[in-house]
Amino acid sequence: MSAEASVLYDAPGPKAKARDRVYNIVFTAAFVALFIFLAWQFYDNGVFDDRWAVLWDPPKGQEAADVWTALVVRGLGATLLATVIAAPIALISGGLLAVARRGMTKRAGIWSSVIVTEIFRGLPVLLLMFLAKLGFGWSPLWSVVFGLAVYNMAVVAEILRAGLAALPKGQREAGLSIGLSPMRTTLMIELPQAVRIMLPALISQIVVLLKDSSLGYIVGYQELLRQVKLLRDYFGVDYTIPLFFVGAAMYIAINITVSRLAIWIEGRMRRSNHVPKRPDGEDAMHEGGAEAARFTANTGYGTGGTPGP
Amino acid sequence: MITFIDEFGTIWGAFLATVSLTAVSGVLALIGGVVVATFRVSPIGPLRTFGTVYVEIVRNTPLTLMFFFWVFVAPSFGLVFPELGFWPAIVALSLYTSAFVCEAMRSGINSVGLGQAEAARSIGMTFGQSLTHVVLPQAWRSAIPPLISVLIALTKNTSVAAGFAFTELVAISQRLANRHPADVIELFVGVGLMYLLITIPLGVLASRVEKKVAFAR
Repeated sequence: MSAEASVLYDAPGPKAKARDRVYNIVFTAAFVALFIFLAWQFYDNGVFDDRWAVLWDPPKGQEAADVWTALVVRGLGATLLATVIAAPIALISGGLLAVARRGMTKRAGIWSSVIVTEIFRGLPVLLLMFLAKLGFGWSPLWSVVFGLAVYNMAVVAEILRAGLAALPKGQREAGLSIGLSPMRTTLMIELPQAVRIMLPALISQIVVLLKDSSLGYIVGYQELLRQVKLLRDYFGVDYTIPLFFVGAAMYIAINITVSRLAIWIEGRMRRSNHVPKRPDGEDAMHEGGAEAARFTANTGYGTGGTPGP
Repeated sequence: MITFIDEFGTIWGAFLATVSLTAVSGVLALIGGVVVATFRVSPIGPLRTFGTVYVEIVRNTPLTLMFFFWVFVAPSFGLVFPELGFWPAIVALSLYTSAFVCEAMRSGINSVGLGQAEAARSIGMTFGQSLTHVVLPQAWRSAIPPLISVLIALTKNTSVAAGFAFTELVAISQRLANRHPADVIELFVGVGLMYLLITIPLGVLASRVEKKVAFAR
């Protein structure tokens, strides 16, 4: 039983335990019944027939290797290629924006970085991709990279802004008092600590970037989802389910792995002594705070401080 | 600028399509999300497991994949929509967004002071009673700003419907861009402003509400 749930109900006594056991059995039985019903429906629709053979013995004279090359090498490869190009661009330019906002002394510099951040995180990624494709006439790959990089640049800038804001004030004051300029204070003292406390959020944001690379399907980039569609069109509609199943499993497996990595790093950081602490001894970023800031950066304006999911 | 004004009638229609998609799937996602959030904090094990698995899978699924499922895969399972476009988009967006609504609600429930739930239990309220009479009414208050954030994300996410036979803002800007190749950038800037017209006021509203509901704990 998790700690958050136990707030809402007492540790069960003998009577409640007996009742919970009944509930457990009833609901488990209900879920199993639902599952069997759905499986039966699927069976009726022929979901479990020989169509799955497309994965090891495809029709139309193709080899299993052809199918898997299309899915893994061309499909997943293209998805990861767009991610691997866009992620560093987004991280570096987002970092520059955040540093400009915190460290610049010129009003114009600060405001331009604020405006860029606020505009680009309020626009749909797909719109940015179409802008690059139809407006600038870029290739599908670079349109996808443009959309992913520009949107996530704004989000990364906002995540780092939240991280910089969460640092104890003394850090900045110390930097300024030994005669560093505001920019140097930001770069040498604050940014490394902000990146450290926001690392879980930055990693989770890579999951968002990877998820959004599937929008390439719409702008004509031949990534994983498009390969699934192409194979389906080639082999016939009957083979949709196995092909989709493999594609979805790849996406979800990668994303869950990276999300877990972020949670693991957060847990490790929580136990470490090398994270910035406030004067009262609390961690500068409370538990789940980095994730909340990332959520806000993706979705809202000025809702910093709310414990979001 | 002229092209944008000339085509404003078309763009306005698409804007309304985006707004209605956001509104309908927003309401459905809110209902679904509250139900899943209740599952996730309930004392009944199988419901908690269901809620956790649902949120974990949906959060790690690309929205495009979700659309793809309802448009191309669901018919193979025997689920056929009477027509493409609006309803598959509603189903995909509602299911996707409800996972995020659930997380926003759960964070709201967690933010309610420990003493409140303890007080409710100590006067003999059951799980259902303490949730509906004591915890949820307070959880709403702190859940509203993140819920508005979810709504903003949903507004942007409706653009994915452009790839699945629904004519909203992005789909119409793509069509107009093909019709007026010389004014593409101007059209996209205009459509971008239409999105900001929804998202920025919602963001301002969220921060207002947040200040208003910030009560002492």
